[in-house]
Amino acid sequence: MSDDIQKEVAPEEAVQKEAVKKAAAKKEAVPKEDAANEVETLDYMIVSSSPHLFDDNSIKKIMWTVNLTLAPAVIFSIYYFGLQALITLLAGSLSAVAFEAASQKIMKKKITIDDGSAFLCGLLLAMCLPPAVPIFVPIVGSFIAIVVAKHSMGGLGYNIFNPAHIGRAALMVSWPVLMTSWTTITTAADVTTSATPLNILKLQGYEAVVNTFGSQTELYKALFLGLRNGSIGETCVVLLTLGGLFLIYKRIIDWVVPVTMIGTVGVLTWMFGGTNGILSGDPLFHMMAGGLIIGAFFMATDMVTTPITRKGKVIFAAGAGIITVLIRLLGGYPEGVCYSILLMNCVTPLIDRYIQPTLYGRGEIG
Amino acid sequence: MLGKIKWGIHPDTHKSPTEGKAIESNELPNRVILPVQQHIGAPSVPIVKKGDLVKKGQLLAEAKAPVSSNVHATISGKVVDVSDQPHPVLGKCQAIAIESDGADEWAEGVLIERDWQKLNPAEILEIIKEAGIVGLGGATFPTHIKLAPPSGSKVDTLIINAAECEPYLTADHRIMLEYTERVITGIQIIQKVLGVSNVIVGIEDNKMDAVKVMAHAAAGTGIKVAAVPTRYPQGAEKTLIKTLLKREVPSGKLPLSIGVVVQNVGTAVAICDAVRNGIPLIERVVTVSGGAIQEPKNLKLRIGTTFAEAIAQCGGLKSPAKKLIMGGPLMGAAQYTTDVPVIKGASGILAFAREEVNDGPESPCIRCGSCLDACPMGLNPSMLSILGERSFVEEAVNEYHLFDCMECGCCTYVCPAKRKIIHYIRYSKKMSAQKGGK
Ligand code: SF4
Ligand code: SF4
Repeated sequence: MSDDIQKEVAPEEAVQKEAVKKAAAKKEAVPKEDAANEVETLDYMIVSSSPHLFDDNSIKKIMWTVNLTLAPAVIFSIYYFGLQALITLLAGSLSAVAFEAASQKIMKKKITIDDGSAFLCGLLLAMCLPPAVPIFVPIVGSFIAIVVAKHSMGGLGYNIFNPAHIGRAALMVSWPVLMTSWTTITTAADVTTSATPLNILKLQGYEAVVNTFGSQTELYKALFLGLRNGSIGETCVVLLTLGGLFLIYKRIIDWVVPVTMIGTVGVLTWMFGGTNGILSGDPLFHMMAGGLIIGAFFMATDMVTTPITRKGKVIFAAGAGIITVLIRLLGGYPEGVCYSILLMNCVTPLIDRYIQPTLYGRGEIG
Repeated sequence: MLGKIKWGIHPDTHKSPTEGKAIESNELPNRVILPVQQHIGAPSVPIVKKGDLVKKGQLLAEAKAPVSSNVHATISGKVVDVSDQPHPVLGKCQAIAIESDGADEWAEGVLIERDWQKLNPAEILEIIKEAGIVGLGGATFPTHIKLAPPSGSKVDTLIINAAECEPYLTADHRIMLEYTERVITGIQIIQKVLGVSNVIVGIEDNKMDAVKVMAHAAAGTGIKVAAVPTRYPQGAEKTLIKTLLKREVPSGKLPLSIGVVVQNVGTAVAICDAVRNGIPLIERVVTVSGGAIQEPKNLKLRIGTTFAEAIAQCGGLKSPAKKLIMGGPLMGAAQYTTDVPVIKGASGILAFAREEVNDGPESPCIRCGSCLDACPMGLNPSMLSILGERSFVEEAVNEYHLFDCMECGCCTYVCPAKRKIIHYIRYSKKMSAQKGGK
């Protein structure tokens, strides 16, 4: 807070003190008989700017609700990928909490680990890692996410980039092999594979993807239910979507974001994703594969790093969708959700600068 | 377009403790404190001095400036003091204190029965001015000025504001149920002054009994009664106009600029009393409520009654008040003492118990956007609070339309980071004014 504000606040405190003194003085001065008539006041009353009534919503409530909505997908991933996944998830989320406490302690700030934001950040980071990474990977990732991407920027509210994605991107660069070593799974068609569907698509083409899973229906089923290779938390489309729907219902996220982002990816991959010219792609596959669902519901909706207006959110989501498709179809990486969101994070301040809400009484409506 | 469809907030109404309770007439206060400024504009000038004997309805302080309002004695007795006294909005203000003689006698020259139909608009305006009537919804703008549009402006619609969107308050609700006939007469008098036939009474739909009573009473008069959605701040002039007429008041302009005049129901009653019966504005209905009040009530109080006395009439406090508010919980002013008087604009006295003060420690903005959704003016309160925090006043004024903010409090109510957005906004406005901006 600036000094000026301090000064502004000061008179209110002075008034409070005066009230305390006054109340005290009154208690002494008033003779016993009259004391009954005197309204029994107070030790001190709070004097502050209106309003005097507040909604019981809080950052803590928001963050823990999001954590909770991720729980089903988390539980599924532990069931599907085993103990390895559990260790990675715990290492990621708990170390994030520890790093947050340490950062805040060092910077002599109030420790706010109970608000759930560090836990959420660590959890999301771990959910975007391959299941069998060594335990130091999620810990280093959380360090980068919390210390570098979050607290060096000023803490919750001031970070420009989604900290979980920064953590993941840094890990990608540092340990590219570890970060792309997937577990081995057996598909419904009895094929053992240790590649993700998008990997197969990039290296061997769409036919190979379908063959790995037996048929197109089996492929869709595997994607929808999460019975495929990929990062720990990104696979189970159905549980992630249900979690996202709950957040929409709770008004924590705006439905326009996932709808726009997933829709953009669907339309663009349908138009340009096929090998037989325009409109021959498989939009369903692209919408359910990779980290799009978790990204669209849980990362592109991060309040701090995405635009504040609804129009801005639509632009952000569409941009992220376009970049995702560009990377998937033309880039060197099989998956582009993480980078697309980070890139759009860069332009968020710009979007917010130009997109403002519709004003009352300035001739914009009616 | 993805423009804003929703605005405002839906807090718990907290109206149940008082909405079913009939207005109680006050016991006579022993002492009243009458500030010379209870309205927007210049203070009135005292014409009595310490030691004078005054009677109820007698003029105590006269409106000398064009925008000002008369102040009358609200009890009979002796002027014991003309000095600075605690004021619920201004902190301190010159005030005339009267000690009651217990007789409650009327002054000469008031209480004149008139047939208002035979009066012309200029005569009615003069009576309203003499009676010291100001907007009783809380804005306290002198009514005789609001009802006298400058020549050239055309008024096509009169809106009677009975939304009473602030939680806890039920005074206007009770007024409509109990003073129905006076409300209607008051409206007809205003209609005559303005020469408008199109009148709409806007009542929030959480008061359907009042809607029915008013609609019944208005039958045949041409006055329309509309139930508007319950949503704070529905009762703000600009939002009510938008809801009822689908018109927006241009930024920086008055409703008059789009042909609309808004009056509060309580003001209509005061106008009726003054014009028809010659009673100046000496009392008003006040809701006394909140968790710390023993027995919440709607009281008819003489202006100048102290909060302490009003609270005593409701059985006193059952627990220590953590916050004392004049007005509603969202726009009202917090008080530091119960020695402040009820002024013309006091629609409520709220004493909050500790558990009703649910304010939390402030943290940085997490950019959730809730405040943008809630703001009825379509502002960016998040940005305004950040700019205020850093004293970037000019940017707030020029690019984020600081002065469009009507300080309704929605943004601050919804903020999950508990940011005191309005505090920053008020600070910026003050800074800007000091710099001579506005
Ligand atoms: S910015 Fe002003 S007008 Fe908008 S919600 Fe906040 S207080 Fe109300
Ligand atoms: S409601 Fe509070 S936290 Fe949310 S954007 Fe507005 S100021 Fe920021």
